[in-house]
Amino acid sequence: MHPWLEKQRHLIDFTLAALARRKAKNIGLLAAYALLVFVLASLALFTQALRKEASFVLAASPEVIVQRMVAGRHDLIPPGYLEKIGRLRGVQKQEGRLWGYYYDPVVRANYTFMARPAEEVASGSIMLGATLARARGLQPGNLISFRSYAGKLFSFKVAALLSPDSELLAADLVLLSEDDFRAFFDYPAGHYTDIALSVANPQEVRNIAAKLANALPDSRPILREEVLRTYQSIFDWREGIVLTVLAGAILAFALLAWDKASGLSAEEKREIGILKAIGWETGDVIRMKLWEGVLVSLTAFLLGFVAAYIHVFYFGAAIFKPVLQGWAVLYPSFTLAPAVDGLQVATLAFFTIFPYSAAVLVPIWRAATTDPDAVMR
Amino acid sequence: MIQLSAVKKAFNQGRPNEYWALHGIDLAIEAGRVTALRGPSGSGKTTLLTLIGCLARPTSGRVRLKGEDISGLPERFLTEIRRQTFGFIFQQFNLIKGLSALENVILPAFPTGRPRTELVEKAEALFEQLKLGHRAAAKVEWLSGGEQQRVAIARALINDPAVIIADEPTANLDTALAKEFMAILEGFTAAGKTVLLTSHDPLVVESSAVHRVVGMRDGRLVDA
Repeated sequence: MHPWLEKQRHLIDFTLAALARRKAKNIGLLAAYALLVFVLASLALFTQALRKEASFVLAASPEVIVQRMVAGRHDLIPPGYLEKIGRLRGVQKQEGRLWGYYYDPVVRANYTFMARPAEEVASGSIMLGATLARARGLQPGNLISFRSYAGKLFSFKVAALLSPDSELLAADLVLLSEDDFRAFFDYPAGHYTDIALSVANPQEVRNIAAKLANALPDSRPILREEVLRTYQSIFDWREGIVLTVLAGAILAFALLAWDKASGLSAEEKREIGILKAIGWETGDVIRMKLWEGVLVSLTAFLLGFVAAYIHVFYFGAAIFKPVLQGWAVLYPSFTLAPAVDGLQVATLAFFTIFPYSAAVLVPIWRAATTDPDAVMR
Repeated sequence: MIQLSAVKKAFNQGRPNEYWALHGIDLAIEAGRVTALRGPSGSGKTTLLTLIGCLARPTSGRVRLKGEDISGLPERFLTEIRRQTFGFIFQQFNLIKGLSALENVILPAFPTGRPRTELVEKAEALFEQLKLGHRAAAKVEWLSGGEQQRVAIARALINDPAVIIADEPTANLDTALAKEFMAILEGFTAAGKTVLLTSHDPLVVESSAVHRVVGMRDGRLVDA
C-alpha cells in the first residue's frame, strides 16, 4: 500500500482506538447526532416522496380545468360552454365533469361523488375508493344506501373497488353513472361542475388559458402546473412547520456537538503533546482529529439516514405522517415509492458532516501548534 | 555526533517573567557512548535535552547534528529529524492511557507510513528483547512502573534511532528496576547507539554503563 494511504490508515486506527476509550460518551454523542439526522432526513425523504407522488398522480390529470365563477364563487357550467370551448384553436378534447361532495353521517366524513360514462359504471352501481370501502366495511357485490340532500334514499350496488395504487387521491371517491349522479344531487340537465381540457401542444397551455379568459370572461382556468405547485407549497409549508417546532432541539444538539467538538480536555492536550514529542507533525495531529470529526459525523449521518429511509419507506413515516400528510377523517393507506433526491442528500450530508468536522479543527489547531517540549516540563 | 556552541535558552522572553534556563553551553557529545547530565532541579538539564532532541529551538547559539546546524530549522524538519534520529524516554513515561502496550509502542512510526504488520513485528521483537512479550496486549495503565518504563523504551526504539534521550529514567523506579534499566542501557551502547540522559541518581551517574558525566548548575556546565 502507498505510504500516504498507510499513514491515513494508521491515523484512522489511532482515532478509532482513541474514541473507543470513552465509549459511553462517544456512543451517546453518536446516538444524539444520528437521531438528529434521522429526524431531518425523515422529514426530507417523506416530503420529497409526497411531492413525487403528487406529481406522479397529477401527471394523468387534465392540463386545464375550467370553472365558472359567479360573484367570485364557483358555479355550475351552463349549457353551451362546452361547444364554445371546443371552438378554441389548440384545444384537443373537452369533457364536462360532474362531481360534488356528500357528507356521510355514519362515518362523519365527506365523500367525493363523481360521474363516469355509462360504459365505465352501470346505472345503479358504484365504484369506491379503498379507504372509504374499509371505513364502511364494503366489498364488491354489497349494497349501500345514501340519503340525498333532497331527503330521498338511493341504493347502489358496489360494482368494484378502485385500485389501491390511486388511494392517495381516490381514498374518499365514489364513482357513479351520470344519470345516477344527476338524480342523486338534483343536478340540472346540461349543466356541469367544471370542464377538463386536453391541449394539443403542452407549450401552449398558458396561451389557451388566456384565450379562454377572453372568450368566457366568467370562467377561471386552473392549470395542472398550478395545482402541482400548490401541492409542493403545502408540503414545503408543513415541512417548515415541523422544522420550526424542532428548531429548539436542533439548536440544543448543535450547541452540545459544538461544545464537545471544540473543547479539548486536559488529557487530550497532554496526549497531543506526547504525540508531537515522539515525532508526529502538527499536520498529523490535525489530520488525526479531522478523521475523528469525519468518522463521527459520517457514521451518524449514515446511521440516521438509513434509519430515516427505513422509517419512511418501510414504516410509512409513522412518526411524522400525522403532521406532514395533512388531516382527514378517511386517511388513505398508501405506500410511498422510494424517491431520493441526490441534491437533498448532499445538502443534508454537508450540513451535518461539515460543521462538526470544522468544529473539531478549531481547538486542535491551537493545541497542535504548541511546542512539543511541554511534555518534558 | 552532537555539538553545542554558546547555546542559550530563555523562556517568556521580553515579558516580566522572563527566565534564562541556559547561559551559553558549549558541549560535544560523542557517538556510541552514554553521557549523563547531572545537576540539581532547575539546573537546566531537561532544557538542554529538549534542545538536543529537537523538541525546542535555542534562543541563541548553535546545535549541530553530524555537522549540520539544526538550531534554525522550521518545525517540520525538526520533527522529521526528531522522529528519525532520536528516541525519547520520559521521566513520567508519557504513555497514552487506554491504549495497549503494543499500540503505544508503534505510535511514533505512524507518520512514516510503514505497513502495520511490519510495525507490529518490530514491536513484538522489542517486547521479546525487553521480556515484556506477555504484556503486549495489556492496557498501559494496568502495567507496573517497571513494565511501563520498558514500554516507553520499546517506543523509543521503534524507529531505530541513533540517539536515545532519557530524562531522569530511574526517578520513578526502585533499586532493582533501576539496575535493570542500567543493564538495558548497556545493551544500547552494545548496539552502537548514543545515549544522553539526565539524572541525579548515584546509581546511574556512578554506574560503569555511563561513560561520561557532565555537571550542570544554574544553566551552566560545571565540573562533574
